[in-house]
Formats: sequence, structure tokens, C-alpha cells
Amino acid sequence: MDHDCIVIGGGLVGSAVAYGLSRQYQKVAILDGGDRSFRASRGNFGLVWVQGKGWDFPPYAQWCLKASNLWPEFSRRLGDETGTDLCYQRNGGMHFCVNEAEWDERKRILEQNARHTGGKFQYEMLDHAALMEKLPNISNAVVGASYSHQDGHVDPLSLLHALHQGINRQAVSYVPDQAVSDMRREGGEFRVVSNGKDYTAGKVVLCAGLGNQRLGEMVGMNIPVVVERGQLMITERIKPFLDWPTLQVRQTGQGTVQIGDSHEDVGLNDGTDPVILKKIAQRAVSIFPFLARVRLVRAWGALRIMTPDGNPIYQKSEAYPGAYAVTCHSGVTLAAIHAGPVAEWIGGKNEDPLFNQFGTDRFHV
Amino acid sequence: MFKTIEDHAADTVGITVEGVPHRVPANISVAAAALLCGLGSVRETPVTGVGRLPYCMMGVCFDCLMKINGQPNQRACQVMVAADMTVERQLGAAEFEEF
Repeated sequence: MDHDCIVIGGGLVGSAVAYGLSRQYQKVAILDGGDRSFRASRGNFGLVWVQGKGWDFPPYAQWCLKASNLWPEFSRRLGDETGTDLCYQRNGGMHFCVNEAEWDERKRILEQNARHTGGKFQYEMLDHAALMEKLPNISNAVVGASYSHQDGHVDPLSLLHALHQGINRQAVSYVPDQAVSDMRREGGEFRVVSNGKDYTAGKVVLCAGLGNQRLGEMVGMNIPVVVERGQLMITERIKPFLDWPTLQVRQTGQGTVQIGDSHEDVGLNDGTDPVILKKIAQRAVSIFPFLARVRLVRAWGALRIMTPDGNPIYQKSEAYPGAYAVTCHSGVTLAAIHAGPVAEWIGGKNEDPLFNQFGTDRFHV
Repeated sequence: MFKTIEDHAADTVGITVEGVPHRVPANISVAAAALLCGLGSVRETPVTGVGRLPYCMMGVCFDCLMKINGQPNQRACQVMVAADMTVERQLGAAEFEEF
């Protein structure tokens, strides 16, 4: 057997899982895609987020809070090991409401979030006057915001870079430009065929984003994947004006302002659309009017990896013991949990009952 | 360090660079004018504060960002000089009040 574990996919999910596995196993390999692969890991917003997540699915609310609580230690260790500044901050985060209906809906959702976590998720609703004290540049049109001190943000590209440095230091074998064509279990080990070459391992972990549906079929798992495009843009650098990341606007550690986002059903198309970008920009300007005069330097689209209910999938193959799948759209927030508890679960050392809630059987009732 | 080709120097305009009045050829970019006026650097980067000079002179490298007529973060190589223009070094990131 060449390897203890083969992780298929080297984005934020695959590299975080491999980083965790490399602490338990000597021989871990990543088979990654190529430059033409869809890469959610290189196009996302960088939030380490709790508020609003899992408001209609209690296990996910608890899961995100757990991940968020693991992040400070995860970030410190990864940063120390690799010397990379992740620009991780946990000052709390906000979501702006631009009318009363949004405010009421936000309040309702976050009350559920708090209930699902037994009150461990903590938040407050800031009315316009309270918000003005924190953000004097805010538009009068903003009714208020929800705020949770448990939210944070990170530079997502630095995170991906640091994870790759981390796995490299742990001697994980990283193989780029791969296309897996076959996978089978023979005599107690998996044989993965990629670019015509065989790789053998005791365990395989599918972390291939949109590719997990096709790969899952090879090892007896039905993993439903839904694609959703989000568009983002980024401005020139300006001096810090926003200490808190928000779902609509985030100022990065180096001063640029990320503005998002959209939720579009356009299939496997990660391009941009000026009509949508205009709407996104108008919303940002309706929150911070001065942004109308700040120049944009780039805009891009990226494809989210969604599931039918939007919540992650953690699944062991029943038919092929030793095969696992990890599918989620929240590779940044969940990186801390993937590098820790999820890697331990794959290694048979973590039996958190929450894992049973994230199986694919919830889609096949 | 830089010399103008004589034909180009025929028409000139008066501009102010870092508070100092200069006469420069009328048909050149602000980046070229900054070099001609002998600025040691046209900006200090927002991330490390290091001084930079124009590099590509064609709008792609963003290393010539300057404050032109009070507007921060302008690519000086993409703006032609004009009479009475005010040109200043861009020191770090722009303040949002400047927009």
C-alpha cells in the first residue's frame, strides 16, 4: 500500500482534512485538480461565520459555533508553524438590514440560532443609533444590524497558502493536475486510478467540491451536489474604516474592500455579469454612500458547492468501508473543524454524535 | 536622470509637484512628469510603506499611484498633465474622507 490515506481535492476542504490527517498518519497524499478546475477556495469572501448559519438546521448551527470556537487556536498554530499571517480577526461581525422587514426577519432567524445552540450563540440587534456609534459613515437608510462577537474573518488566499505550506511541512505528498478516472476496493485497500496511474491507500477521502457527486458513485455513495454562483468585487486599498466584517462588505487586512455577493443558478459558469454586479455595488453604496467614489479593481465569479438543504455532508461509505466524503460550501469557517474533529473522525478517533446528523440519508427519506 | 527629446519640449504647462511649481512638456503623462521632476518615489505602499516609482508606464502595474488634483490612488501613467494640475505622492492607503 502506497499511502495510509488519499485525499481527493486540494482546496480549503481537502488541504484542511489532509493537514489534520497528517498528524495521525505517516503517509498521506492529496490528488488535486488542475488550473481549469472550479475553485471555490480561490474565489470566496473570507468570513469565519456563525450568525444565521443553521437557523433551520440545529446541527449546523452547533457545528459552525464549534468551528468558530476552534478557530483562534487553529489560526495560531497554523500561523506559527508556517510563518504566514492569515489576517485572522475575531472582533465580531455584522449583517445590515436596510428595511424593517429585513430587520424583523433577521431577528427571527437569530432567535432560532440561539435556541438551537442552547443560548451559546450570542448576538445583539443594533438599531440605527447604536450602529451610528460604531460606524459613523453608515447610510441613514440602514435600519440597523445584527451583531455577534463570535463572528470573524480571515484572508482566504493566505489560509489556503498556509494550509499548503502546513501539509508540505508534514510531508504530505501533493500531486497536482489530476483527474481521477476510477476507484475500487480490492483486498482491503483502495486503488485510485488518476491520469492513468495507480495509487493505493487504506482510506480515501473525497473533498473534490463539485466533483464529489461523480467520485462518490465510484465508492457507493450518493452525494447530491448543487452548484450556485456568487459574484464578488474588490476595491483599491483605503485606510481602515470598517472594523467588523459583514455579509455585504468586508475590509481586508491590507485595506481593500470586498463587496458581495450573489446567489445564482447558472450552471457551471463562473464568469461575471454586469447587471448582477451593478445590483451588488448599489447595495454596498446604499449602506456606505462614500463607496460610490471608491474605485473597483477586480470582479469575479466563483461556484459554491451546495447540497439540497445547504448544509454540509459528512458521510462514510457503507458499501466501501474506508471511503469518506466531505462536502460543504463553507470551507473557510469549517477549516478549523476539518483539520481537527473531522480528520479524527476519519481516523476513527472522534465519534461526535453530530456526525450522524450530516449523513446523506437525510436526502433519501 | 531623464532628458526630454527637444521636439516634445516645445509646448509646456505649469504644474505643482509636491508643492513645488514646475514647467513640463504639455504632451506627457503625470508619471513621466514626476520622473522628469526628479521625485525619488511617487508613492509609499499601504502594506509595507516602501517607496515606489512608475514601472510599466502602461496602466497595468499600479506602481505609479499618486494623488492628482486631490484625487487619491490615480495611475499617474494614465493621466496627461494639464495646466495648474496639483500632483502629490500617495502616502499609504487613501483615507475614505478623500473620496
